[in-house]
Amino acid sequence: MELPRRNPVTRRWLALSPAIVVVSIFMILPMIILLVFSFMEADPYGGVDPGFTTEAYVQILYERDFDDLLIFDPVYLNIIGRSVLLALLATIGCLVLGLPVAYFIARQSSRTQSLLLYLITIPFWTNLLVRTYAWILLLSSDGVIEQPLKFLGVIDESLDMMYTNGAVAVGLIYSYLPLMVLPIYASLEKLDFRLIEAAHDLYADRFRVARYVIFPLAAPGIVAGCILVLVPSLGAFIAPDLLGGGKKLMLGSLIQVQFASARNWPFGSAVAICLLALVMMMLMYQARIASKRRRETGD
Amino acid sequence: MIKMAKKKIYKIGDYPGLTGWTVFFFAYLYMPMIVLVVYSFNESRRAQIWKGFSLDWYVKAFSNDDIQSAALNSLIVAVIATVFATVISTLAALALARGRQFRGQAAVTGLISLPLVVPEIATAVATLSFFAVIGFKLGLVSIIIAHTVFCIPFAFLPIRARLQGMDDAYEQAASDLYANDWQTFRYVTLPLMMPGVVAGAMLAFIISIDDFIITLMVSGAGSTTLPLYIYGMIRQGITPEVNVISTVMLVLSIIFITVYWFVSKKAEETG
Repeated sequence: MELPRRNPVTRRWLALSPAIVVVSIFMILPMIILLVFSFMEADPYGGVDPGFTTEAYVQILYERDFDDLLIFDPVYLNIIGRSVLLALLATIGCLVLGLPVAYFIARQSSRTQSLLLYLITIPFWTNLLVRTYAWILLLSSDGVIEQPLKFLGVIDESLDMMYTNGAVAVGLIYSYLPLMVLPIYASLEKLDFRLIEAAHDLYADRFRVARYVIFPLAAPGIVAGCILVLVPSLGAFIAPDLLGGGKKLMLGSLIQVQFASARNWPFGSAVAICLLALVMMMLMYQARIASKRRRETGD
Repeated sequence: MIKMAKKKIYKIGDYPGLTGWTVFFFAYLYMPMIVLVVYSFNESRRAQIWKGFSLDWYVKAFSNDDIQSAALNSLIVAVIATVFATVISTLAALALARGRQFRGQAAVTGLISLPLVVPEIATAVATLSFFAVIGFKLGLVSIIIAHTVFCIPFAFLPIRARLQGMDDAYEQAASDLYANDWQTFRYVTLPLMMPGVVAGAMLAFIISIDDFIITLMVSGAGSTTLPLYIYGMIRQGITPEVNVISTVMLVLSIIFITVYWFVSKKAEETG
């Protein structure tokens, strides 16, 4: 077999074309369609009706009363607020849990490091639905956590841990924890431990070492980890759905419901566009920080 | 001075409770999965009350026709999506990691990585809207298309990493020895990049098998995959059968990722 004799440039674009075509048609085009849908009228039977309107976006903030007057309605704003709050909570939880662990791993021998990293990546690659479902077994009344407590007489009544914001937060932290540890580990792994020794020699105590040496060096990993956790947490569907019981709606569930049962596609599209805008802003912020850091350190 | 020396008993850079914290961390990470596996052997009808050891629910789950067809659907989708995603990604990685830098390189890389940064729910409803606009019937084919796109970055990144870590001296040596482009690719580049291709294909396969939210939005009647079936069962109330299929999926993923781990490690050592 002989490859057609073409110049390298043509051949390069030929090799790239399947990826470009597939992603453009099945990813970019759908996003554009979503944007267009968000400015169309809702069809009561699902889908959209032609006609330009900003109704879907107005609906996020206001409700129309019988006289067609707009009344401020915080229902959806509450959902957005709760999503942002829970996502932030999950991010902080992951950071508090993950930062010391990333540091611990970075200090081990390379064999132990590799084993611990393997243990951290395993949950990440296992089914999110299954892992979240496991929390139902733990948290539900008469579940694995409550049974021994009841047996020991610590509690009489059920703790009612399921279907709470706390349960959703625990589920979110659990879902995205590896995404926090791995980037922080990546920046700490390159840490020159002689710097810590030097700080000690200059009479810095352990907490000053953490504050002025370790933390600044871990900062790029912390920023990357926080964004990696925050972005999927904002649009999460499984954790709020299974552990929040659909009552504690978050953005992801709100969007899903509009397309599945509520049949208001333009409204669902508008919320999805808002979510995308939020995410893009965060990614741009991270890119700016990263490029600023590169300029400062000069690599 | 004596006081100062006394203060420095601990190892430099060590913090109290760090080991304990790490143990707690791994317990938190693994406890739910261990509970799930243990409870899949539960005899009781009620999924979260332990009664005794039994394999009955495994027998029941494996002989369940719906579960079998859901598993088959998952497998068909994952295999086809993996093949497409891997071929597309291999071509793209070759074009991006070999040869000189070119205008638009960053843009193309960004485009390929796009499915990684867009929240899954947005991808899901956008893809659904797209199929609605072109009037495409939802079913296995729509799932395969959506999965292929979503799997491309997961296949692409390990393949590109492998190519970037490869010395192109071998390829140059091959051309010096009058191998034509095809021969160089077939007998030098491809065997060398193979660990990366295998790793990429495995990641794509896992991502496809496990995907839930995108599949939920673009599936139609008769195209239930395993995660969709599990979700349906959880919604109806938890039964030991859910524990069984969940455990099977968990174990499969762990086997896969372990093999992937060894393949990519070997790639590192030989690369």
